[in-house]
Amino acid sequence: MTPAIEVSGLARRFKAFTAVDGISFTVNPGEIFGFLGPNGAGKTTTMRMLCTLIRPSAGTAKVAGFDLVRRHNDVRRSIGIIFQDPSLDDRLTARENLRFHAMVYKVPRAEVNSRIAYALDWMELTDRANDIVRNFSGGMKRRLEIARGLLHAPKVLFLDEPTLGLDPQTRSRIWEHLLRLRREHGTTLFLTTHYMDEAENCDRIAIIDHGRIIALDTPARLKAQVQGDCIHLETADDAAAEAEVKQRYGVEVVRDATGLHFEVENGAAFVPGLLRELSVAVRTVSVRPPTLEDVFLKMTGREIRDDEASGHEKLRSRLQRMGRAGR
Amino acid sequence: MIDFACIRMVWERDIIRYFREKSQLYGSLTRPVLWLFVLGMGLRGSAGAIQNVNYTQFIFPGIIAMTAIFTSIQSAISIIWDREFGFLKEILVAPVPRTSIVIGKGLAGTTLSLIQGCIILLLAPLVHVHIPLANIVPLIIVIALLSFGLTGIGIVIAARMTSFQGFGTIMNFVIMPMWFLSGALFPVKGLPIWLNALVRINPLTYGVDLVRKLVLGFSYHSPAFDLGFLIAFGVLTTAAAVFFFNQGEY
Repeated sequence: MTPAIEVSGLARRFKAFTAVDGISFTVNPGEIFGFLGPNGAGKTTTMRMLCTLIRPSAGTAKVAGFDLVRRHNDVRRSIGIIFQDPSLDDRLTARENLRFHAMVYKVPRAEVNSRIAYALDWMELTDRANDIVRNFSGGMKRRLEIARGLLHAPKVLFLDEPTLGLDPQTRSRIWEHLLRLRREHGTTLFLTTHYMDEAENCDRIAIIDHGRIIALDTPARLKAQVQGDCIHLETADDAAAEAEVKQRYGVEVVRDATGLHFEVENGAAFVPGLLRELSVAVRTVSVRPPTLEDVFLKMTGREIRDDEASGHEKLRSRLQRMGRAGR
Repeated sequence: MIDFACIRMVWERDIIRYFREKSQLYGSLTRPVLWLFVLGMGLRGSAGAIQNVNYTQFIFPGIIAMTAIFTSIQSAISIIWDREFGFLKEILVAPVPRTSIVIGKGLAGTTLSLIQGCIILLLAPLVHVHIPLANIVPLIIVIALLSFGLTGIGIVIAARMTSFQGFGTIMNFVIMPMWFLSGALFPVKGLPIWLNALVRINPLTYGVDLVRKLVLGFSYHSPAFDLGFLIAFGVLTTAAAVFFFNQGEY
């Protein structure tokens, strides 16, 4: 089976700055593959190379079996792209945006209307089809972009921070759509994100920092690299419980106003024994599995920055809201 | 190189947007009307007759050229807005040759310029300019040719400009100098040497001259020379537009 994406030693330099520093990975057909990393880690640059928007400085890559540089038109035909920044024409209606997309992607004339209807229905935008996009909410615009990206039935769908700046409800709704897309059409999804919960939806994740992949595995296996689970315990007598846990299990315990905190290797297996053996009455016990946030912290020694939008993006959106004289 | 679906998409999009944005349409018509009626009428007394036509009639071809240059370049530099607001990426990642995008953009600028130019032509009777009916079709062809070349200049500017420093900059450094140096407002005879040189290398000069021949019946250069210059200008700017647009990374 041809891999959906095959990358080998890919690099991109901008003058003195190396944005992507020789990365290699393979994405299987039908896989949801995530690129996780802080802003400026090289996620978007990688995406722009894979979408044929910029040329690699070094290395090779194949998308849908086509060489990125030599067969870029075949690559473009095989992929759909949801950019980080909006890429709709907001002076046009939703339907016009879709129709123009179908035109340049050579969707057969007989199929254009039915595919547009299907894409609009899929993204629940049918009743807004003839409205000007400028009046859409951020979530609706994003859904329209996804609908547009699906119109030519791409084999691989690229999503650059697909839910950046959207509220949690809209984000989960978009994810429902994406998971359904993979389930029903077998589309390969390649996405970049710096949202940890979003990364959890991926089959595999590459953690990228300073232009290099520092870890690549399933979310579960990545999290397994962080030793054990975090246990939170409330008891009738925390001081006595603290001493007993320390003595019996030999772990570091932190006691604060909310109770006891400590880490064990396998929380789910540990709790029944704890409840049986502990002489102090237990009021509540909770087991928190490690998150990708913990993984990222461990790998890079710092927390992933979660700032929503860069200064440039903010300026851009402010200008967009202003009158836009001369446009 | 030639992808008709892509050319049509780029063209049709610009046309839809143009007719949707009524304020732009009206705004672009007030400028020529002001020049023609206010400046033209105001200077008519003191300027006297040039080649047996009064000053308002004399600048009428120049006003058509002004409409062409403003509309064409404004239409082309919408690429800058498309880049800034994202839509350009949608076209650039599509499986279409960039040359076709440039051609579509050129045809859109030409079409819009023709629409505006034809509206100005309708004003001719108001200033007692009587265009021979047989000249209407050649006139439209000449305006189209001129506009296509001018749109090419606009695309080159848009491809080179990395941010939207604004239409004002382009107006001050490209549009106004080209228009003033085209002989749109004064006869290009007996000028100081430096001014004459600038006028002679300005492609718009030959557009104005040929339009003047078709509208008023006289010109300063031979119509064949004007036409040849305009064709060469169109080919050259389109080639430059294709080159610079292909070169850019987005």
